[in-house]
Amino acid sequence: METAPKPGKGVPPKKDSPQAKRKKPWRYWEEDVTPAAPAGPPRKKARAREPRPPRSKGVRGAPKSHFGRKPQAPKNVSDRKKPRRTLSGAQDPFPGPAPAPAEVARKFCRIDKSKKLPHSKPKTRTKLETAEAQEEEASVRAARAELLLAEEPGFLEGEDGEDTAKILQTDIVEAVDIASAAKHFDLNLRQFGPYRLNYSRTGRHLALGGRRGHVAALDWVTKKLMCEINVMEAVQDIHFLHSETLLAVAQNRWLYIYDNQGIELHCIRRCDRVTRLEFLPFHFLLATASETGFLTYLDVSVGKIVTALNARAGRLSVMAQNPYNAVIHLGHSNGTVSLWSPAVKEPLVKTLCHRGAVRAVAVDPTGTYMATSGLDHQLKIFDLRGTFQPLSARTLPQGAGHLAFSQRGLLVAGMGDVVNIWAGPGKASPPTLEQPYLTHRLSGHVHGLQFCPFEDVLGVGHSGGMTSMLVPGSAEPNFDGLENNPYRSRKQRQEWEVKALLEKVPAELICLDPRALAEVDVVTLEQQKKERIERLGYDPDAKAAFQPKAKQKGRSSTASLVKRKKKVMEQEHRDKVRQSLKEEQQQQQQRQKQKTAKPTGTRPSALDRFVR
Amino acid sequence: MHATKAAKGLLALSQQEELVDLPTNYPLSASEDEGDGDGERKHQKLLEAIGSLSGKNRWKSAERSEASLKVSEFNVSSEGSGEKLALSDLLEPVKPSSSLTAVKKQLSRVKSKKTLDLPLNKGEVERIHREVAFSKTSQILSKWDSVVQKNREAEQLVFPLEKEPASFAPIEQVFLDWKARTPLEQEVFNLLHKNKQPVTDPLLTPVEKASLRAMSLEEAKIRRAELQRARALQSYYEARARRMKKIKSKKYHKIVKKGKAKKAIKDFEQLRKVDPNAALEELEKIEKARMMERMSLKHQNSGKWAKSKAIMAKYDLEARQAMQEQLAKNKELTQKLQVVSESEEEGGAEEEETLVPDAVNEAQMNADGPNPWMLRTCNRDAQEDEVQADSNELPEPVAHEFSENEGNEKPEAEEDVLLKEFEERRSLRKRSKLNQDAKPAGGQDSATKEVLSELKALSQKLSKDNRLSKKPKESPAKTVLLVQDEEPAPEEEEPLLLQRPERVQTLEELEELGKHDCLPNKELPGAAVEGEQVRRNPQEKLKGKKKEQMISLQKLLTTRTPSVTSVAVPTTVEEQEDEGERDQKQMIKEAFAGDDVIKEFLKEKRETIQANKPKDLDLTLPGWGEWGGMDLKPSAKKRRRFLIKAPEGPPRKDRNLPNVIINEKRNIYAAAHQVRVLPYPFTHHQQFERTIQNPIGSTWNTQRAFQKLTAPKVVTKAGHIIKPIKAEDVGYQSSPKSDLSVMQSNPKRRSKHQKQLKSSID
Repeated sequence: METAPKPGKGVPPKKDSPQAKRKKPWRYWEEDVTPAAPAGPPRKKARAREPRPPRSKGVRGAPKSHFGRKPQAPKNVSDRKKPRRTLSGAQDPFPGPAPAPAEVARKFCRIDKSKKLPHSKPKTRTKLETAEAQEEEASVRAARAELLLAEEPGFLEGEDGEDTAKILQTDIVEAVDIASAAKHFDLNLRQFGPYRLNYSRTGRHLALGGRRGHVAALDWVTKKLMCEINVMEAVQDIHFLHSETLLAVAQNRWLYIYDNQGIELHCIRRCDRVTRLEFLPFHFLLATASETGFLTYLDVSVGKIVTALNARAGRLSVMAQNPYNAVIHLGHSNGTVSLWSPAVKEPLVKTLCHRGAVRAVAVDPTGTYMATSGLDHQLKIFDLRGTFQPLSARTLPQGAGHLAFSQRGLLVAGMGDVVNIWAGPGKASPPTLEQPYLTHRLSGHVHGLQFCPFEDVLGVGHSGGMTSMLVPGSAEPNFDGLENNPYRSRKQRQEWEVKALLEKVPAELICLDPRALAEVDVVTLEQQKKERIERLGYDPDAKAAFQPKAKQKGRSSTASLVKRKKKVMEQEHRDKVRQSLKEEQQQQQQRQKQKTAKPTGTRPSALDRFVR
Repeated sequence: MHATKAAKGLLALSQQEELVDLPTNYPLSASEDEGDGDGERKHQKLLEAIGSLSGKNRWKSAERSEASLKVSEFNVSSEGSGEKLALSDLLEPVKPSSSLTAVKKQLSRVKSKKTLDLPLNKGEVERIHREVAFSKTSQILSKWDSVVQKNREAEQLVFPLEKEPASFAPIEQVFLDWKARTPLEQEVFNLLHKNKQPVTDPLLTPVEKASLRAMSLEEAKIRRAELQRARALQSYYEARARRMKKIKSKKYHKIVKKGKAKKAIKDFEQLRKVDPNAALEELEKIEKARMMERMSLKHQNSGKWAKSKAIMAKYDLEARQAMQEQLAKNKELTQKLQVVSESEEEGGAEEEETLVPDAVNEAQMNADGPNPWMLRTCNRDAQEDEVQADSNELPEPVAHEFSENEGNEKPEAEEDVLLKEFEERRSLRKRSKLNQDAKPAGGQDSATKEVLSELKALSQKLSKDNRLSKKPKESPAKTVLLVQDEEPAPEEEEPLLLQRPERVQTLEELEELGKHDCLPNKELPGAAVEGEQVRRNPQEKLKGKKKEQMISLQKLLTTRTPSVTSVAVPTTVEEQEDEGERDQKQMIKEAFAGDDVIKEFLKEKRETIQANKPKDLDLTLPGWGEWGGMDLKPSAKKRRRFLIKAPEGPPRKDRNLPNVIINEKRNIYAAAHQVRVLPYPFTHHQQFERTIQNPIGSTWNTQRAFQKLTAPKVVTKAGHIIKPIKAEDVGYQSSPKSDLSVMQSNPKRRSKHQKQLKSSID
């Protein structure tokens, strides 16, 4: 669900690009509008989003984004009222309400108008109308507020014929400013084996877990180490809980929780032999997949295990969460991917994705696409909107062992010691798997991948340590200061924690279509109606049976009454039959249409029928 | 006696009239005062007359008076009759006064009066009163209806009610009415206004603005001259047009028209030479005009003028000519243009030679501007053609189209070349279609292809397995035969061709499968006879079979196809070159390993579907109503009769998705959070759902929108008395008389009501 942009929630704009457009405000006493050159001072926190072109390589950082908004011209000048003259001779140069771009407003419209409603009475109609009016108003307001999302995503664009995949990290680092360049770094940690890593939800903190027991948490932007310990046990996976203060580590035997000082807070013995961890931030659930084949949900706010589901598919080592609906995706060795919710004992959906075992699964932040890779060396992108059919697929020479989606829909695959990143044409589109957007070779084999939220950075954990590489355009440029604020203070974090706990979503609400919760429980409704009818002995909502009017002059004899009743009944029956016939016909027509439907080039003219 | 009677009558009258409220100045006493004898007689008469007025005793009195006085032996005296006093005589001396007319009226009313009716019984009277009172009250109260309605529908009510929410206006508008009063103010204002100095913002004065906008002198001069010239030209043209319009000579107009037509043709020719594309456009325009003409009845001799001419035509040569002219015009306009030059004609000639059906040609023509009506039929025809005819016929129309596109002026040689080219291209395309799957280059692609075919085979096998369980005898042989049939078939039918290589494989595998399943091979020859029958109409059978398998099979396959089309390996990975061989091997190995995966999955799916199906209820009791025993089973009839079929549930969501199992179970925990009762005005759950689809939380809305969406329905100010609503509050003029109480306390109106009601009841 698209959330409304939050204007001015406390924090000043975090990072704005040096080329960010800042139009000179147009004064209405000026006749001609010439937007002056941007006069913004150079920002400190410019990210690696707009690398300036290195002369030799030809990376072009366009000052304007592809997705940049057009200057919003008032849509309908005609219906605006003429400005009223005032005493001073000054006039309101912008009469009427502020304009809102319609296409943006449409994004915030949530009422599904595709379904045709049954006929409604006037009273109901007014309610519906008010609901629609409210929706429109809210969406227009949200669209207007989008103006305040000042940041634009960066991107990398090759000069014509140039492949962006050939641009090296060093080139990018050369091209970007110092602050952004500092975000590219390598940690050489050869001693403790391949690393798993995890960024906190704000994108500020990073947790590293080496296979050979090395656990570290650090503020990676300032490179300030928070804690570093060796747990003296194999570390399978590591994950931050709701905030950066708590850290879940799946160790060889049990699941442990540490705080940011490295102090062990809990040892959860009910989650044993955990291989993968996922945290559902809105439900405060820590989902663990174990070698024993159990998917266990642990409620970290109360410390109770919500459910332990047996997947009945052997060792579980592939897990991903769908950020849209908090459904957990598990990959199995028989090539299937199963979708789980804590409220249902069986998988919600089971999809056959690969002919070999599934090696990695990732779901994009909008919950629309799922990327899977299997032992058959295939990388596939599935549509999760009901069909679960592959949209695109390609064979990789080695097959991808790790997959991750970025906030803006970039897909990264780790194959051996190479990392490939694919980008899609737009934000809500799946990545096209033809040309990689970026590639990078690491010093060791990839063991963990994650894009950093709100920073154009990809963290790769490998056998040689950890690499933070710059991927322009990967992250969402605007953050919600009340939700994930990278610059929050301790107090703000505590405040947020309380609020988040108050707004905690119950675990049983996790289902495939979260919008289904805003629907009426039809089954129960019908059931209750039936029971009521049984109790009362009649249907109170049913249309009353036809009662013929009494007539005079002997026309109200019993026979004629019966006759009249019968007439009405027959009429109704006929109507019903007619209706059903019509529906059938329509269906048939539709079927035919579908059969015969074929693309026609240009629109046919009505006159074409006269062509001889 | 008589008098007393009359008096009595009068008395009775007066008594009656008491009811009617006689006015006080009743002039009865005036006649009584006369004292003399004549007066007495007259009085008597008056009394009589008055008495006679009451109708009853008028005739009687006349009889009595005749007896003594008026009978004479000589003549019948008319004295009595002549002296008869009429009421009007009596009243003559007296001035016609309002009081008398009132008496007259009352008299007449008394005359018409009958006896009094019985009063209604109490209950009924009260009921009537109630009814009247109710209608009155409801009428009075109905004026509140709109107010109540409005308040009920209002998004928010604020109590105590405020009359008008004070809308804030910009300060300048507020000050619009303000006037300078003191001399100082006036002086200042005068100064400001004289200079048209803006008062608030650092605005430019209008003068300054104007000066900014002004042009230089030369520019202005040039512009003025231009404008002048344009105006002059315009007026000149206007005058000319007016003059031309006024010319009534038909001949002149004819000439003008002809000139225009000639010019148009000439222009067109020139255009054709210079800019063929533009000429084509022009042609199109002409074509359009033709279409319009064909559509309209403009020159069909059906207009008013034409009809009038038709009447005249018999006698008038000129009219006849005019009509013919019109028809000719029509013909000319509707005639198809032959300007489309040699190439087209050539095409036409060829057409006749090759005897290609018209439809094919049409289809190609329509390819330019697709006409859906035509297209459908044509395509069908074309398909048929493809089946029947060889390829050498078909390229012609394509070329035809091509030449059309090129601008109609290709020399013949060029066209031939084109034709050949097209033929080649077509054949190429055909070939490529034939082995489309083989086309994508690269070793791994072929490997994937193999995988593909295997997949297909497997799913086919599985689906057949299903059917085997149902029809153990026929189907295996049939299917095998069908697959055999497919081999020769592809040459004829193109769409089937697409899957040819796989099908061959499937046949082999199917045979293997047959062995695996231990199917009795003896039955094959027996079935072969059937198979031959089948072979007679292989196409139909094939189609049928395709339909059956289409859903499960094709879908599963489409899930794999993208991998075939995917592009080659990434540039950066270098290891793959050495691994090429190993890759393939691995692929094959994996493919074999994967056999199980698909099979297992399909099996699992089938099982879950079976498990989720509603179960039939079998109520047969073996041995009930027939013989029972060890080997005896209840008859099929009985079984059929006592089998209660479970109603078929809604279609599964994954019925068309072969690679997906979607759980159909409800999430009851989530359902507990859903709305399960429809609130009042809604009659269908969809209506209600639509009203709750919009989120109202601050997470999804801006602050203002959130506040507005969650505003309370009723707002009361603390510490304020909320008085009941008054008529003034909602803009009505309240008058105390219109109140209910007033009506009830007014007895007069009440009695009037009573009367009206009575009369209405009577």
